[in-house]
Amino acid sequence: MIASELIWLIFLLPVFSFIIVSLFIRPSVKPTSKIAGYITITAISASLVLSLWTLLTVMAEPKHELAVPDFSWLTVGDLTIRIGLMIDSLTAVMLVVVTVVSLMVQIYSQGYMHGDPGYHRYYAWMSLFTASMLGVIMANSLLLIFFFWELVGLCSYLLIGFWFHRPAAANAAKKAFVVTRLGDFGFLAAILLLYTNTGTFNIPELHEMAITGVLAGTTLTWAAIGIFAGAIGKSAQFPLHVWLPDAMEGPTPVSALIHAATMVAAGVFLVARTFPLFVNSATAVTIVAVIGAFTAIFAATMGLVMNDMKRVVAYSTISQLGYMMLGLGAAGLALRQEGHVTLELAKAAAAIGIFHLFNHAFFKALLFLGAGSVNHATNTFDMRQMGGLRKVMPWTYATFVIGALSLAGIWPLSGFWSKDEILAVTWDTQRVLFTLVMITVLMTAFYIFRVVFLTFSGQYRGSDPGSHGQEHDHTTHLHESSPVMVAPMVILAILAIISGFWNITGSFDAFMGHGETRSFASGLFGIFTHPLPWIALLVAGLGIFLAYAIYGAKWLSAERIGHIFRPLYIIFSRKYWFDELYENVIVKLILLKWVFAALEKIDTKVVDGAVNGLANTVRTIYRIALLNGIFDILQRVDGTKIEKANGVIKEPNKNWWQVDGIVNVMANGVTASGEALKKTQTGQLQLYGLVIGLGVVAIILVLYFAG
Amino acid sequence: MSFPYLSAIIFLPAIGSIIIAFLGGNRPRLTKYLAALFTLASFILSLVIFAVFDRSAGASGAFQFEEKALWIPPLGAHYHLGMDGLNLPMVVLTAFLGFMVVLISWKENLRVREHFAWLLLLETSILGVFSSLDLLLFFVFWEIELIPMYFIIAVWGTGRRQYSAIKYVIYTLFGSAFILAGILCLYFTTGSLSMVDSSPGGRALITTAIPAAVIFFFLLIGFAVKLPVVPLHTWLPDAHTDAPTAGSVMLAGALIKMGGYGMIRVSVSLFPEVARTYAPLLVILAVITVLYGAALTLRQHDLKRMIAYSSVSHMGYVLLGVFALGEMSLTGAVLQMVSHGLLTGLLFAVAGLTIHNVHERDLRKLGGLARQIPIIAVIFFIAGFGSFGVPATSGFIAEYITFIGSFISQVVDGIQVATIVAIGGIILSAVYILWMLQRAFYGPVQEQYNSVKDANTLERFYMFAFVALIMLIGIYPSFLINIIQLGVSPIVRLLGG
Repeated sequence: MIASELIWLIFLLPVFSFIIVSLFIRPSVKPTSKIAGYITITAISASLVLSLWTLLTVMAEPKHELAVPDFSWLTVGDLTIRIGLMIDSLTAVMLVVVTVVSLMVQIYSQGYMHGDPGYHRYYAWMSLFTASMLGVIMANSLLLIFFFWELVGLCSYLLIGFWFHRPAAANAAKKAFVVTRLGDFGFLAAILLLYTNTGTFNIPELHEMAITGVLAGTTLTWAAIGIFAGAIGKSAQFPLHVWLPDAMEGPTPVSALIHAATMVAAGVFLVARTFPLFVNSATAVTIVAVIGAFTAIFAATMGLVMNDMKRVVAYSTISQLGYMMLGLGAAGLALRQEGHVTLELAKAAAAIGIFHLFNHAFFKALLFLGAGSVNHATNTFDMRQMGGLRKVMPWTYATFVIGALSLAGIWPLSGFWSKDEILAVTWDTQRVLFTLVMITVLMTAFYIFRVVFLTFSGQYRGSDPGSHGQEHDHTTHLHESSPVMVAPMVILAILAIISGFWNITGSFDAFMGHGETRSFASGLFGIFTHPLPWIALLVAGLGIFLAYAIYGAKWLSAERIGHIFRPLYIIFSRKYWFDELYENVIVKLILLKWVFAALEKIDTKVVDGAVNGLANTVRTIYRIALLNGIFDILQRVDGTKIEKANGVIKEPNKNWWQVDGIVNVMANGVTASGEALKKTQTGQLQLYGLVIGLGVVAIILVLYFAG
Repeated sequence: MSFPYLSAIIFLPAIGSIIIAFLGGNRPRLTKYLAALFTLASFILSLVIFAVFDRSAGASGAFQFEEKALWIPPLGAHYHLGMDGLNLPMVVLTAFLGFMVVLISWKENLRVREHFAWLLLLETSILGVFSSLDLLLFFVFWEIELIPMYFIIAVWGTGRRQYSAIKYVIYTLFGSAFILAGILCLYFTTGSLSMVDSSPGGRALITTAIPAAVIFFFLLIGFAVKLPVVPLHTWLPDAHTDAPTAGSVMLAGALIKMGGYGMIRVSVSLFPEVARTYAPLLVILAVITVLYGAALTLRQHDLKRMIAYSSVSHMGYVLLGVFALGEMSLTGAVLQMVSHGLLTGLLFAVAGLTIHNVHERDLRKLGGLARQIPIIAVIFFIAGFGSFGVPATSGFIAEYITFIGSFISQVVDGIQVATIVAIGGIILSAVYILWMLQRAFYGPVQEQYNSVKDANTLERFYMFAFVALIMLIGIYPSFLINIIQLGVSPIVRLLGG
């Protein structure tokens, strides 16, 4: 059993390390000191231990749930917003994923970020980033998830723009935040819609209502679509995928964390968390499946042609997230076909997508850390400048290959197990989508082994040692990374091998589904009774072989193949022109140059123009009136007169309140302001001050006597 | 008779102002210390009443620290002050900002005596507006405010300061004329100048010659100029941009809240039925204000002008919350006023500091400052994040309570659609704030700014004070929301919604 205070600590420990590092360490300690890293690592290690403890406790519980007392945060009218935790099997699994990956990344960063002038800032934000993600995972209400959801977005902004002096990093950070916020708009709308219809933000209550059918129909469909919009933004699904490849402008360990366990995982997690809502809407699950499958193949095509090592891995993330979404959507469809939906079955269906998230987290973090390690030695991410690193970086090479095999889905590594479950459930429900992702399997194996062969085999093609690099301003020196960087890679490599074994007896699904399983075939041997894994393995093997033929053995010339597929190559390498469409056409041209500029014109020329025009008219009338003597007549009527001295009109000796007419009042207002202004500039301001001061005194005296 | 807390809070700055005005000779240091002393005293007293304010449910609808004396017997005008959950946060905010602007203008060396005399008088007038419960007294304070603000912009401002100052005065006078007309109508139809003793369902004005709707709109136009509501907003960017830093902070932080406060206290409370009838129109204006303001902000490149236009957009949320007419939406609107007062007050303070130290305000020429002035940068980022609603700042809680409250309000038809459209503003606000931060602080370091000074101790002190309050409200909003609720719930009962 684990005390609920200790569960809270999982989230609070990184918060504390954020506060300590940002408020106390950063202002007082030199950036060369490693203390900030040690504090963060200690905090996250403790969180990891507590997460494992929580996982074991949850596994021991018969219903795989822990009750944690919640408390009221604020009450407005009828609404009481409560802060509470939801600790079920999904939470427990995610806690372990986030803390493990975060810890590995923090340890690795001790080597990677050492000597950076922003070292303390880096650890402060990494702590907050981890804490925010833990908050998303543990929150028991949609509003609280949204709170941390936005903080995750903020931290990713800060970390992607970590090297803010680079315009590319600053732009990428802004792009990431703004694009994900487009999705958040949908998420927020969904939260409002659900609250209006159910009167609650509480997730277990919403689950109950969705399963029992209290919450159904168009409301449910729109709410699910809104939630999915939020997930599309955070998980970089089409059409909001554009931010993720640019996000690699941040330090590589940040990319590892974003791509594996925090930012992008939040989207998939959110769909899984609210999955009982999705399964009750055929439209919603279909959209999830279609967007997922399309994103998977769409991102993979771009991954085929990138020359930047980190970018290939980034596109593979988008593609793999597509798989996870497809896994969720297809499992939802399968569940609907059976026609019998319970809360447990819905949660078990979500297990298929989450199992891939679980495995992917380890091998993707590994691939990014490997890319960072390569960059540490070569100072570049451009694979055309690499080659032959196998000999100088044996550890990086070995672990990277393990990550690549796992990503490609080769037996018995973790990627194999979870990807085949997704393929199988898609085969059962939607053959078109199945075809798309089967092609993606080929592409995935090809592009990741293209990276392996370009980077590690052949001859080194890089520039002479001594040139300055992209991320680190030290000279190029080919070497294996320090043990502090290699150790996390080794641990992640081990996890990338073994993490898939959790479900070979179907126990992962059973755990997630509170006893129910949704896997098409349970057990290590069961899977081979189905022809599908054999086909998938064959396809992946073909992809690896092709990569070897072109980039390893060079039997086929890459240039000639590129020439044959030139139109496709251009489309893929220009990323289908989505950046251009969004940035140049929609934002810069349509919005800024047309719509907003037109509004600005209206504001200055019409709205404000009317104001200035009115003022000028009044002034002109006033002048003409004066010159024509009409004013003179008017004022005679009123008992004031105009004196002329030397042909210059002097200010008439009058009391303004005797003069009738709005024109005169306004005109006098203008003149009086001008006059007052003139006087202020000749130092008569004190007089005004005195008058007002006396006025205030007079009011006080009146009050005193009146009271 | 108990100690007249409210009178003391209101008039302490005025007394300070008079003393400063009569100070002989040129003694800038003494002037500044005196100004700080009087505004601090007023602020501390406001904290005292905040602390001892009765928060129990029974206090709902009652006024505390009430002071009432017959002022002008023939008119039945009273010197009537009082605090409820609606104006207490505004008074504390104004007193806080009043003290802060003295610290913010510590480096002022142009006609120091007059500067501080006007600043303190300005504070008195705004505090008076928020505390008055008599329409005539309210109007007197409302008008007094014009004079110091005019001089502050015209003398200590920058750019087209004289144009902006006159524009500000005439615009406001235009609005005030309507308010005066409204007050007179109200006085002649009901015979009372009280802002509070309304019977349930508002004042029965059906029998009179002047329809209630006319009076409602007279008053509303005056408040709408101040808030401001598009299309009556064009004074704001000019005045905020050309005012000196202290003036901008006071304008954006406290002064424009007079409009939102007037709408709730007068327009909605005295005319609940009329407010219900015309709420859809005003909600549409709110959505236009949000999006129009945000779109125009995106076209600006002057640091202060951007913040000024963003204020227009953010005040649209206040208008939305007020005329969604729900308990939660009204609470959100008041919270948004407080939050915006702190966030935009801080934004103007730190923008003023940046401009003062860097001698450049055009965002196209700024850049890379995060390395040279890191403390200013951090504060600027926090204020900016708050202003686009990042969690754990007051901006998040204020905006989202307004959104939820408006969305679930049962009073106005079609409010859901309007709210969703208005939420689009949070995307635009993220864009313009991030663009502004990026242009000023990110990017390559520029040589010419290498010698720029970062914030000194005093500047750090006041900036941290702002940040502390922003975070406090963001993390523990209950302490404020509980009070606001006491003021809002009686109004909601009038609406019967």
